[in-house]
Amino acid sequence: MNNVSIILLIVGVTFDFFGCIGLLRLPDVYNRLQAATKCVTLGTCSILLALFFHYGFTGVGIKALLAIPLLFFASTVGAHALIRGSYKFGIKLFDRTVIDDYKEAEK
Amino acid sequence: MIEVLIYVLISFGFLCFLRVIYGPTMADRMVAIDIFGIVVVGICALLVIKTGRLFLIDVAIAWIVLGFIATITLAKYLTRRKLDE
Repeated sequence: MNNVSIILLIVGVTFDFFGCIGLLRLPDVYNRLQAATKCVTLGTCSILLALFFHYGFTGVGIKALLAIPLLFFASTVGAHALIRGSYKFGIKLFDRTVIDDYKEAEK
Repeated sequence: MIEVLIYVLISFGFLCFLRVIYGPTMADRMVAIDIFGIVVVGICALLVIKTGRLFLIDVAIAWIVLGFIATITLAKYLTRRKLDE
């Protein structure tokens, strides 16, 4: 293990921790998905990048490097679709929400 | 050190299952399963370094794609449309 891999692993696990805390503590589904998807995606991409720096340009390293954009786009597109679906389904926002731009854009 | 990080990530997976148990709506549970899948991808990447079994990175890539398909399917179900529209 070189030093870059160790630093990237620790950064990745730290961001995973922040994402899981956000998933548990935030009040409604929109806040939870926003916090959890961003943090956990960044954390896991960092762990995969650490795998690339550990193995270099071998088969496993190239696969880890290819998994990063796949995970990034899959996670963000899935989060967008899930938020839009749950808004159309009629799940209520948190009652201290300040602004709801999507409702005004629908008019 | 890698073992400790693997155990920490497994405990994060159990935190996600707390949200699956207590989540008030269906979308909350689906969010938690999605996040659990991404954490499992991290566990697979760490297991590649720990055990040296190189096929586990293929398991991680397959898990990414299956989680994406599951999330898209539930989103289409929540908007009450057919799957082939």
